Amino acid sequence: MSENVDILERLTAADYQYEYGFESQIEEEVVAPGLDENIIRLISQKKGEPDWMLQWRLQAFRYWQHMSEPHWANVRYEPIDYQAISYYAAPKKVSQARSLNEIDPELRQTFERLGIPLHEQEVLAGVAVDAVLDSVSVATTFREKLQSLGIIFCSISEAIREYPDLVRTYLGTVVPPNDNFFAALNSAVFTDGSFCYVPPGVRCPIELSTYFRINARNTGQFERTLIIADEGAYVSYLEGCTAPMRDENQLHAAVVELIALKNAEIKYSTVQNWYPGDKEGRGGIYNFVTKRGLCGGENSKISWTQVETGSAITWKYPSVILKGDNSIGEFYSVAVTNHRQQADTGTKMVHVGRNTRSRIVSKGISAGYSQNSYRGLVRVNANAENARNFSQCDSLLIGDRCGAHTFPYIEVNNPTAIVEHEATTSKIGEDIIFYCNQRGLDTETAVALIINGYAREVLSKLPMEFAVEAQKLLTISLEGSVG
Amino acid sequence: MTEPLLQIRNLHASIGNKEILRGIDLDIFPGQVCAIMGPNGSGKSTLAAVLAGREDYQVTEGEIIFNGKNLLELSPEERAREGLFLAFQYPVEIPGVSTATFLKTALNELRKHRGLEPLDAMEFMSLMHERAKLVHIEPSFFSRAVNEGFSGGEKKRNEIFQLAMLEPTLAILDETDSGLDIDALRIVADGVNALRTPERAFVVITHYQRLLNYIVPDIVHVLYRGRIIKSGAKELATELEAQGYDWIKETAEAQA
Repeated sequence: MSENVDILERLTAADYQYEYGFESQIEEEVVAPGLDENIIRLISQKKGEPDWMLQWRLQAFRYWQHMSEPHWANVRYEPIDYQAISYYAAPKKVSQARSLNEIDPELRQTFERLGIPLHEQEVLAGVAVDAVLDSVSVATTFREKLQSLGIIFCSISEAIREYPDLVRTYLGTVVPPNDNFFAALNSAVFTDGSFCYVPPGVRCPIELSTYFRINARNTGQFERTLIIADEGAYVSYLEGCTAPMRDENQLHAAVVELIALKNAEIKYSTVQNWYPGDKEGRGGIYNFVTKRGLCGGENSKISWTQVETGSAITWKYPSVILKGDNSIGEFYSVAVTNHRQQADTGTKMVHVGRNTRSRIVSKGISAGYSQNSYRGLVRVNANAENARNFSQCDSLLIGDRCGAHTFPYIEVNNPTAIVEHEATTSKIGEDIIFYCNQRGLDTETAVALIINGYAREVLSKLPMEFAVEAQKLLTISLEGSVG
Repeated sequence: MTEPLLQIRNLHASIGNKEILRGIDLDIFPGQVCAIMGPNGSGKSTLAAVLAGREDYQVTEGEIIFNGKNLLELSPEERAREGLFLAFQYPVEIPGVSTATFLKTALNELRKHRGLEPLDAMEFMSLMHERAKLVHIEPSFFSRAVNEGFSGGEKKRNEIFQLAMLEPTLAILDETDSGLDIDALRIVADGVNALRTPERAFVVITHYQRLLNYIVPDIVHVLYRGRIIKSGAKELATELEAQGYDWIKETAEAQA
């Protein structure tokens, strides 16, 4: 047995290269660390926001001051000093740019290195991108094409200025400012993010995508995303994220709100690859995110797909409130943790309307010394006649020093509900690897084969272009993790 | 006489501090079927594991030449690519990977090693259908995860099916007969016999003579306490079956 442990030791120690760990030398304006009402006023002023927005932020800040950081998740970290974080960092040259051609070349290069070209002629066919660096949106592509269909796709800062009625109607309706500690913090200090509105009956013909990048040191990233699919509309949205490698931890506390009206459908996909920290657990992003969708109208549908490979700590539960009759909520997740990463992630499906259906497919993969928890709630309210839920929670362990945990909560208040929960745990041990080796496969190929087979059901829900990327990312994240 | 395909010289191997193989000398020639018999704990499965390159065992002395190469310097996957195949006594289940995907990846790795182009999907599928018939495997198996939920007999047949697909030059069958009923045993044996060629050698490791009624060996070696204590023609297996291992143990101990 001691031999086996040695093999594990050697393989888990192999150096993992985080491909996006570079830092760009961009002139940035960074405000001094600290959080008080003045900082919030400053952010609001820098964004040229109307007074109602400032008041909304200040109200959220007051809520936050009376809230305490939640500690029920299965994660461990040193206390966060919220006064040591800078709440605003922006590249200096963005504000003046009027078109994509005027963007600071260094900035453009940054996104090119990330594989996100900002020239429209070069972008992935069929994908419009909103690129966010630290606190501001840098560029949004394909806007005119979308505008001709009545689709609004821009940064949230711009939406607050240009479409205040839409923003006021929906902002905070799914995730209220006092929802939880991190949502309150986000509501007070959010700096940018994406806004999307698809008008009635319009099917958005291209994938919309936001790419989030943290660059500046000692800053937090607090983006806010709001997506509205009006009656009969459809939109597919993808979010990607990376950050430089640093020894200290950085906080990312985002809020995403989705609203699907009658007969509308929103598909939201995330490939989360924030810097996970080094193999000893130094550095990495704290990813404390609130994501929630409201199936407001009948026959509406919201589908979350997430591939989580990054962050030192992930704390997120993309949820759906199934309010409209016959509405559908879906959650497909692959969460990978390696080395010292910790993830506590899952979903909440709240059945309010009649004949509502939800489906949860969660695939956790733990390697190294990491801890990976699925935490999910299925609630069927008293009036939700004929609600149905199916949950599948699988855990895959690589080696014997990591942990996988499942915390399913089921609350059923209506006797007509049918709720099913299935769970499996498997382990990739030396036996499986040796078997594959004996058939001529080297260890990395064997692991890639197993991981991709295991995650296939979730990967197949991603838009085509990203499924391939996500597949590669899974393999890279687990490089050298096997025993 | 032709060169041996596999030459084992004075092989000693241990697990932890316990020496299990204590000086094995063995030559295996192309096309030969070589049976290795012996009582429980004699080192049969250890020999198979050491040949395949399992890291739990340390080779403390001796050498193994396979196809003119020093086998002990090769990783398990390199040995497989060189044409060494082990049919496992306890085949593992590989969750989420279909038999078709698994074999296609494996076969193309072997082909790459031999400087051949990978098979395309059509060629591969027709090869699978053809070879599956050898061991009565239904095409519905192809899309199932490797060995997942298979019965003991199905797992063993699947091992021989993989052997048929990967076409090794040396196939080691580690107690392939254990846990098989007589019908399954016959299917497996027929499959193996159909795969015999003048180039391909088989090492058939078994506790019982039963399997050797169907796969007739050219030579039988008896392993006891980590050494080969007796070798002979196929009749030696029948003799062992009739007299049990005690007879041969006594002889060995008298000599020691």
